[in-house]
Amino acid sequence: MIVEIGHFALVLALMVALVQTVLPLWGAHRRDSGLMAMAGPAAIAQFLLVAVAFAVLTHAFVVSDFSLAVVTANSHTLKPMLYKVSGVWGNHEGSLLLWVLILALFGASAALFGSNLPASLKARVIAVQGSIGAAFLGFLLFTSNPFARLQVPPMDGQDLNPLLQDPGLAFHPPFLYLGYVGLSMAFSFAVAALIEGRVDAAWARWVRPWTLAAWVFLTIGIAMGSWWAYYELGWGGFWFWDPVENASFMPWLLAAALLHSAIVVEKRESLKAWTILLAIMAFGFSLIGTFIVRSGVITSVHSFASDPERGMFILGILAFFTGGALILFAIRATSMEAKGLFGMVSRESALIANNILLAVAALVVFIGTIWPLAAEILTGRTVSVGEPFFNAAFTPFFILLALILPVGAMLAWKRGDLGRAIKGLVPVALLAIALGGLAFAMQTGRSPVGPIGAALGAWVVMGAGWDLWSRSGRGSVADRLGRMRRLPRADWGKATAHAGLGVTIFAVAAMNAWVVEDILVAEVGETFALGAYDVTLVEVHQEQGPNYMATMAEMRVTRDGAEVAVMFPEKRIYPVQAMPTTEAALHQGFTRDLYLVIGDPQKGGGWAVRGYIKPFANWIWAGSLMMALGGFLSLSDRRYRVAAGARKAAAIKGVPAE
Amino acid sequence: MSGFFRGDARNRASYGLVLALAFATPVWSVLPDEMLPDPALEARAREISREVRCPVCQGETIDDSNARISRDLRIIIRERVVAGDSDDEVLDFLVERYGEFVLFNPRKTGANWILWLAGPLMLLAGLGLGYATIRSRRSGPEEALSGDEQDQLDKILKG
Repeated sequence: MIVEIGHFALVLALMVALVQTVLPLWGAHRRDSGLMAMAGPAAIAQFLLVAVAFAVLTHAFVVSDFSLAVVTANSHTLKPMLYKVSGVWGNHEGSLLLWVLILALFGASAALFGSNLPASLKARVIAVQGSIGAAFLGFLLFTSNPFARLQVPPMDGQDLNPLLQDPGLAFHPPFLYLGYVGLSMAFSFAVAALIEGRVDAAWARWVRPWTLAAWVFLTIGIAMGSWWAYYELGWGGFWFWDPVENASFMPWLLAAALLHSAIVVEKRESLKAWTILLAIMAFGFSLIGTFIVRSGVITSVHSFASDPERGMFILGILAFFTGGALILFAIRATSMEAKGLFGMVSRESALIANNILLAVAALVVFIGTIWPLAAEILTGRTVSVGEPFFNAAFTPFFILLALILPVGAMLAWKRGDLGRAIKGLVPVALLAIALGGLAFAMQTGRSPVGPIGAALGAWVVMGAGWDLWSRSGRGSVADRLGRMRRLPRADWGKATAHAGLGVTIFAVAAMNAWVVEDILVAEVGETFALGAYDVTLVEVHQEQGPNYMATMAEMRVTRDGAEVAVMFPEKRIYPVQAMPTTEAALHQGFTRDLYLVIGDPQKGGGWAVRGYIKPFANWIWAGSLMMALGGFLSLSDRRYRVAAGARKAAAIKGVPAE
Repeated sequence: MSGFFRGDARNRASYGLVLALAFATPVWSVLPDEMLPDPALEARAREISREVRCPVCQGETIDDSNARISRDLRIIIRERVVAGDSDDEVLDFLVERYGEFVLFNPRKTGANWILWLAGPLMLLAGLGLGYATIRSRRSGPEEALSGDEQDQLDKILKG
């Protein structure tokens, strides 16, 4: 019965989404405020209905209701509760339901927090959001119904893919979806603005927080996924340029470009058409990502639930929304004339350079991702595109980006003084080069990747610091520090996010260049050297987990005789899915991670063992979190809390909100 | 539907079978017994195997993959390296037998040039467009406010 309520709520949500799409659009066209006012309540109702459906599905997983096909295929009574709950979105149907839930959540938030929007814009934004919701609810109900029942419920389920039974994976998809789907808001704003035929500073100010929030979530989601790969897959890789990773990376790059171009629209009323185009593309690439993950047209390690028929449906949705928006763009783009003027050397130009690099980098990732498919269709050649290509074709864009970032961030709007910006940065540059030189001197006979990464990272981080410092005016150090502390949060957000990028650039280079690896056979009791450390395999025993069997090793790590850590790498077998997983043991340090993996017993006795020293591993994710934190700081800036202020002003002075 | 049933007895039986299988197969990629004694040659072999795709997996290199065929390929690479082949010769050897599909670093031949040149060409196009945009925004009078906007501004200023 409960399940039927969920199913019914989902059907009702589709109906409400259709109402949410049609009536407000019609109302905005006819200037009928009654119809326009339907948008908000409909969006909230849609969210509540989808939330009911989601709660019902969660309940079914929690109580292990094996009359549901999804639960049977993805759950097991012995599975720990955390994974019963996260199993809700660890499968195709459930993850789409989560997608729709978040979509509806954003629609409802626009209804609740959009009171400062002009009525027609608000109605159109919510209507466009509703149309996306309707499309995905239709997809869910017609091709991937999570509430499909089994005629004969089995005694127990088939368990969740063991790789997904991990706290990191429990939260990675929701964050990723908040990011992907959050970009739908930017899309809805863009399409609504195209229908209205009006893009101005106010529009940019409304659209930017949504984009920023989506980008922050996407950053966290991607970082979590890569962190999971790092400790779970057993060799410490953190990024593989797999199609599905690329699918999340492309929207991230475009959202980053959109964030920056929206600043230009907000402050200078330029780059309007380009910003609209970016908003459409960013969400378009989210849909492409969904298509890649769900259709299985491109083989990927993430193909947990792929189905060509579902792929066609998503391709249809993709074609309708992106195609429709692009046609609208082609018709209306000319009406968005730019206003602000600026010189060749200016913040505007620097942000244009940022946008070119980010957008082209995203397109390079895109071409690399679809090339195997394209080449097979066009020429019949079956080729693969992997890490070597992306390293060669993608990295240069980020090197360029990192090089120009500190300079561009310091240029003034309209007309900057390149000489002055560079003059201030000369000490920063010299220090960065010196650090790179130091790294080069300390490493002997290794690739230049490490030192270059160190110099670039230092340049970006210190450049961000210098940017803040130079904003603190003149006077004594204490005065300047005080003023620096009182700088707007947006400035701090900008510096934090930029510094985070520098940290990540450095860490990725360091990890690639300076990793120490050893693969060997160790007898119990044997000690082997790993870099400066000595590792002893103390003992190996079997252990029984809730739904798995584990081979657990105890390894003692010492350095110059002093104990550093005792580590317990595991190898697990999940019998229900007949799947082994490695649980590497990690000892995290500020400058390095120790990473130990236990393998199989060897024929001649002893155990296969892998050990790594991963330099600056944590810095990769620390940098990503700094980027997210920077976005969050910026989001909390007063500028975006103008909603309250604007309303007050309107009430007092009677200025129209438009 | 019977496939969904897992009686207790069957469960236990499959449990044992699975354990036996799992312990018999290598759980992870490069194993100590396949590595070459010469560190320089081994490093080269690793370098090559990081560019070779496992033919049966979903997008993993043979260096990362646990599949049996990946192990076979890693051993072939080591044999070729020991036999004195250059890196390119080793890759040619693999391509001859398994097709271009195994190369993660697509060759710069024929249509693949589209892939390799796409980035630089798009960058040039982007820079051209960007330059044109900046130039077009450089001159001309700053646009005056529209009538409506002027009215609004006046209202605000009068407060």
